[in-house]
Amino acid sequence: MKRMFCVMVCAALVAACATPPQQGDGSGSSAGKSVARGGKKGPPQPLSPPWTLPADPYPSTYKPPQSPPTLIRGGIVLTGTGERLDGADVLIVDGRIRAVGKNLEAPAGARVIDAQNRWVTPGLIDVHSHLGVYPSPAMNGLSDGNEATSPVTANVWAEHSVHPQDPGFQRALEGGVTTLEILPGSANLVGGRSVVLKNVPAVTYQGMKFPGAPYGLKMACGENPKRVYGQGKKTAPSTQMGNMAGYRAAWIEAQEYMRDVQEYQDKLARGEKDVKVPKRDLKLDTLAGVLSGQIRVQMHCYRAEEMAEVIDMSKEFGYHVAAFHHGVEAYKIADLLAENGVCAALWADWWGFKMEAYDGIQENLALVDAAPNSCAIVHSDSEEGIQRLNQEAGKAAARGVRMGFAEPPEHIIKWVTSNPAKVLGIENQTGSLEPGKMADVVVWNGNPFSVYALADQVLIDGAVVFDRSQPPPKPRSDFMLGQPSGSAP
Amino acid sequence: MKFACSICIATLLAALELVASGSAVATDTLIRGAKVYTIAAEGTLDNGDVLVHDDKIAAVGTGLTAPAGATVIDANGRVLTPGFFGGLTAIGLEEVQLEDSTVEESLDIKAPFHEAQLRPEFDPTVAFNPRSTVVPVTRVEGVTWTVLAPGTPVFGGGNFVTGQGAAVTLDGRFDAELAGSRSLFVNLGADAFSISGGSLAAQLMLLDQAVREVRTPASAGKHALLTPAGREALGRYLNDGRVVFHVDRAADIRQAVAFAKRNHMKPVIAGGSEAWVVAADLARDKVPVIVVALADLAGDFDRIGARLDNAALLQKAGVTISFMLDDEPTHNARRLRQTAGVAVAHGLPFDAALAGLTANPADIFGLGATRGRIARGQTADLVLWTGDPLEVSTLADQVWIAGRPVEMRSRQTELRDRYLERVKQHQAR
Repeated sequence: MKRMFCVMVCAALVAACATPPQQGDGSGSSAGKSVARGGKKGPPQPLSPPWTLPADPYPSTYKPPQSPPTLIRGGIVLTGTGERLDGADVLIVDGRIRAVGKNLEAPAGARVIDAQNRWVTPGLIDVHSHLGVYPSPAMNGLSDGNEATSPVTANVWAEHSVHPQDPGFQRALEGGVTTLEILPGSANLVGGRSVVLKNVPAVTYQGMKFPGAPYGLKMACGENPKRVYGQGKKTAPSTQMGNMAGYRAAWIEAQEYMRDVQEYQDKLARGEKDVKVPKRDLKLDTLAGVLSGQIRVQMHCYRAEEMAEVIDMSKEFGYHVAAFHHGVEAYKIADLLAENGVCAALWADWWGFKMEAYDGIQENLALVDAAPNSCAIVHSDSEEGIQRLNQEAGKAAARGVRMGFAEPPEHIIKWVTSNPAKVLGIENQTGSLEPGKMADVVVWNGNPFSVYALADQVLIDGAVVFDRSQPPPKPRSDFMLGQPSGSAP
Repeated sequence: MKFACSICIATLLAALELVASGSAVATDTLIRGAKVYTIAAEGTLDNGDVLVHDDKIAAVGTGLTAPAGATVIDANGRVLTPGFFGGLTAIGLEEVQLEDSTVEESLDIKAPFHEAQLRPEFDPTVAFNPRSTVVPVTRVEGVTWTVLAPGTPVFGGGNFVTGQGAAVTLDGRFDAELAGSRSLFVNLGADAFSISGGSLAAQLMLLDQAVREVRTPASAGKHALLTPAGREALGRYLNDGRVVFHVDRAADIRQAVAFAKRNHMKPVIAGGSEAWVVAADLARDKVPVIVVALADLAGDFDRIGARLDNAALLQKAGVTISFMLDDEPTHNARRLRQTAGVAVAHGLPFDAALAGLTANPADIFGLGATRGRIARGQTADLVLWTGDPLEVSTLADQVWIAGRPVEMRSRQTELRDRYLERVKQHQAR
């Protein structure tokens, strides 16, 4: 039901509307030479003038806990790089993967986890979660995921809404999720910055923040912004063309902002006196962060034609879309997505909850994945779904098999590990079991793509953060602590 | 498997053509060599045969002989189950959830609260459209019947007494209601506060007043809660009628059961996140619970005790359980078997989970004599699966409803085939 907030967003959002910011159509000439990098594959180079985001004023305070060397012995290992090693070991030292292979030696004092007949995978990664910003219980006082007061709120940061006591984090951990991106909702064309978290207990979100992960920017296509603004508040946008005009106006504003800052810097460099300092603008900081390639666009978009429009827009303004999220019609443009290096973060089978989800099919993931150089991802957008990303991948794979595709476990594990890591820009840190990477690891009681699969042990940076063989500890969430949730009277 | 599968599909297509041409006299089908989960006295047959005559199951056993002219399906060890229950849904009543003009399961007469009436006579089943795309999309996944619950999702809509519902078969017929399944639906607890006076106390007060109006129509006065039709409708449930209470909090579940008892209703608990807390009481009173097996978070203060072993604890205590979804139950009905599998992973015996998708809901809704089991005399709603039917990697190979093979196509398979072609062409380039 909480999905209402993100997928369906706000049919009932009736808060009074602030006047939308003056966006105008801009004097687009200022775009000048720095735009039009269309046609090239992959992320564009940073725009000229150069732009550097201010240092993160809310830095991560997460420190990996001390943990002994660990040898996970004799499991069926899916590395996340496309490999499957049966009866293999994973050696963890200092919180990092040291080696993966057969007959590894346990260092002195190592903890040994017997994984015989069990499966070992990288920790799962969900690129689309609203845990913390729409926590359980879904109370008015905790509903912090959509700043639905203006269609472009690039100035807000999801992390400032994250409530670390959401009991959903623990449930996701029990489902093997070690890293997750928290996004603002999809009420707005530009919803705000996302934050990438490690799924560890903390009193502050900074204590969960993934060190060094790039920021993302949540944007949204389609029905939700139209419903919230056009229908709900009788302001722009009320149509898909209005959506497009809204994004483009925002990018033009950002280009002007970047130009103004550059001019200021140039004047300083020339030694000019009495140079007026441009006013800092949080919204334009973030948009400029996108145009300069430092912030990754994560865009909620269902329809094939809308995704194609957005890809053209990204070329018009010289940025790159990291991933389309939901992408219920991604299968219709699988080739276009792959050619442009855009990932698609999808559900296995959700459909029909609104018109733009009417053409949803269960083969979406497998069809997107089948394109050469594709990047298919299973995402949740749900406090329930995040607990079973593995099952959703298994379900989607079964549809691929019925179409005649090979969908071996060592391949489909990428949909929930290395591909999402790539989207978040943390693929050199986590998402696969390769020497040097964070030891984010799940030991499953069987094939992880089964409905009966349970995560037995979950490790983050080498520390066991969940162990099903132990009696349940007290709830991690302060909210659940002392609640009569565990026993009958 | 693939080879066997194509043979069986060819056989089926031949059968379909026969039926379509109208020349068919053969109305016998023998499904041979299946792992048959009968959910009945015979238990599970490892190499079982099921003979279907017209719309009924004629025999269940091993080594059955095909009557002359029968269509024979070689199951080659695949699993055969009764057709699955789709949960409490609005299949055929709701095409696209956020498009009001396509959503017909709720009564939403705009009226201020003090003028609001309870309308138990509201009956959305008459709006059932068997030609909805949701019907084939759902049935090709092995779901052969569902209970239309007024006011879904979450029994919403304009009234906490959401109206009457009934079971329907999903074979596409117009007159789809399954006789004997009619039930009244009531939404209790926080989900319905905004439309019922803001507390469980208000909800019970209104229900008590409504019952009094039925029993003593003169007591209604000019601010009657019920219309004359409403009095008639509610009256039918005061004499052993089935009432489904969507309710989660343990204390509220007890109140719902107590209300039902003192008014001679047969209560069914739907949702029931905290039902495990009062499992012994529910078992004693023979109150079945239709659980949301994925509920494990305190979505609100009615569901603080939600946990994944709810179904397992209830079953262990002797409560009859079935399954439902609370998140988009209509379009997601095909996901229901996955939730049963999750319940198994959290302690529910496999056979109990299978019963929760077949015989139990049939029994709960008064259909146990004709549906939910593979047994002689039962309606031949059958599904042949590629494997374990609770497993996410398993698909339905063939579905029969009332003895007839369902064409395994839907709008979604059409979309799939169109774009699969495109992907293949692209790969070939």
